[in-house]
Amino acid sequence: MSIFQELADREHVFEFLTQVQSPVDVRHGPILYLEDVNVSFDGFKAINNLNLTIDDGELRCIIGPNGAGKTTMMDIITGKTRPDTGSVWFGSRHNLLTMNEPDIASLGIGRKFQKPTVFEALTVFENLELAMAADKRVLPTLTAIMKPEFRDRIDEVLEMIGLKDLRDRLAGILSHGQKQWLEIGMLLMQKPRLLLVDEPVAGMTEQEMERTAELLTSLAGKQSVVVVEHDMGFVRSIARQVTVLHQGSVLAEGTMDQVSNDPEVIKVYLGEEA
Amino acid sequence: MSSSQNWLLRPFQERSTQIFLGVLFAALVVVTFLHLFMPQDSALHVSAYTVTLLGKYLCYALLAVAVDLVWGYLGILSLGHGAFFALGGYAMGMYLMRQIGDRGTYGDPVLPDFMVFLNWQELPWYWLGFDMAWFAFIMVLLAPGILALVFGFLAFRSRVTGVYLSIITQALTFALMLAFFRNEMGFGGNNGLTDFRDILGFNLRTDATRLGLFIATGIALAIGYVVCRAIVASKLGRVSIACRDAEARTRFLGYRVERVQLFVFVVSAMLAGVAGALYVPQVGIINPSEFSPLFSIEIVVWVALGGRATLYGAVIGAILVNYAKTVFTGVMPDAWLFLLGGLFVLVTVFLPKGIAGLLQKRRKAKTDDDTPTGQEATA
Repeated sequence: MSIFQELADREHVFEFLTQVQSPVDVRHGPILYLEDVNVSFDGFKAINNLNLTIDDGELRCIIGPNGAGKTTMMDIITGKTRPDTGSVWFGSRHNLLTMNEPDIASLGIGRKFQKPTVFEALTVFENLELAMAADKRVLPTLTAIMKPEFRDRIDEVLEMIGLKDLRDRLAGILSHGQKQWLEIGMLLMQKPRLLLVDEPVAGMTEQEMERTAELLTSLAGKQSVVVVEHDMGFVRSIARQVTVLHQGSVLAEGTMDQVSNDPEVIKVYLGEEA
Repeated sequence: MSSSQNWLLRPFQERSTQIFLGVLFAALVVVTFLHLFMPQDSALHVSAYTVTLLGKYLCYALLAVAVDLVWGYLGILSLGHGAFFALGGYAMGMYLMRQIGDRGTYGDPVLPDFMVFLNWQELPWYWLGFDMAWFAFIMVLLAPGILALVFGFLAFRSRVTGVYLSIITQALTFALMLAFFRNEMGFGGNNGLTDFRDILGFNLRTDATRLGLFIATGIALAIGYVVCRAIVASKLGRVSIACRDAEARTRFLGYRVERVQLFVFVVSAMLAGVAGALYVPQVGIINPSEFSPLFSIEIVVWVALGGRATLYGAVIGAILVNYAKTVFTGVMPDAWLFLLGGLFVLVTVFLPKGIAGLLQKRRKAKTDDDTPTGQEATA
């Protein structure tokens, strides 16, 4: 296209105007570092000298008994809870402790909550529309128009999460499993670098679990995925690297086989089930 | 799904907006016709008194639309919208006071009567400029807008929502009522502002001006309705619903919930101000009783009766309740509040979606008959 054509085209977006897709610096490998993080609630130490590193494109499962600090750790990464001490870095450039929740979200950290919270009064399509990576300030949102490429992106995600047939139905009528997938779809709309997934298969049927496992493994590689899960069968089916949390710090780390043979781990956690 | 490129034009593609505007303009034309061309003694003649009464209902309808925008779509139950309405009314009242000129009882060319009575020597600074219509009309938008901006900024930044916000808005309007009751405030104390003569050079006491105000109110309602509908039909409208239903989730998607709330709240306050400004010349007085907490609660009842989150439901509710009020306060004034309370309870229990919900149900039943395969979802 000649320069004149470019100038005449009102819709043309010049290269220097497009935002850099991901300003996250992962040249050194890890996408997320947590170092010596401590949090206490009214004297109870929820997180105790936690050190954790997640590599770019990795699929990591985090397991641990109740009260091990899994959800608190997610809260720290997403900016909901501030640690008392320690440092949390996203790539080697962004100090997450200096940022607020929306900034962290727009940086490319998406979180799926334990309880599915989709917008029940909106359709499946509209849920994904709101989650789309876009200018989220008030006035641009007011004047936003649905461009064909946005529609294509939403349809693409609908395909991935298997909700294409339910596109125009209200999210409120979805089954529990479908809501979970819609939530994951909403995370994908934001083109995140890091996905935090909290108990994705709680309350799911065997079949739904299988599909969720497929979905999550297909996501790894393109983005880093951190899964917190109780269901050991599910973790075994997807995990490459497993981290065991106990009383707010890392107890063991390795493949599922290494971890499940660790005597410490068997004592605090697996022992109860085995 | 609408495909218009311009967010302000989008509502015109919607069926409900077309019907609403059609009915509203038909009503304006019919009332104008019956007022002007029917002989005085005809049963169909609409008197100037009725025209003004209808104009008053339309002001209330615009106010109700403003409340429905924040309550129905954003989930913010404001029990203080009467304050924005009254501020718009006072801005208009100040303009009308300055228009009286030397025709007041005391004949002072600049000072309104109540200031002469209080022995004030000169106009307070905040009365300056209100002799110019354009300035006053801008203040009709700015005064409620700025109050909403400051109040909303503080409240939403601290993430005050739900019941707490409702209580604070009640306190806001109550505090303003007490302040405006004071003579030292310079707004006429408990008598308020009254004894108006003209607006934009037209004598307020003639039938033609009254009809003009009625039509202007109808047009303002149409514009306000379209603005609200445009916001609701935009992506921002869907974000508002998201804030209403799952605020924390919306924040995690990267939206600044407090800014969305602030924007919609300020727009709503400005619309309420316009409603107040059109109300004052029609009823001929503005006094601090418009700030009373009870009035603000009544507005919410109109919206609840008409049906939340529909906009047209708010209009229906405001007009029906106020018509009923006019009738019943004439027949048995003491029973009115009991009747209103009873209506509110009955509607909440049996018609949780209000009158609009009833209309929707009927329409849905009809479309279900037409399309038994349930294709209405894709329409």
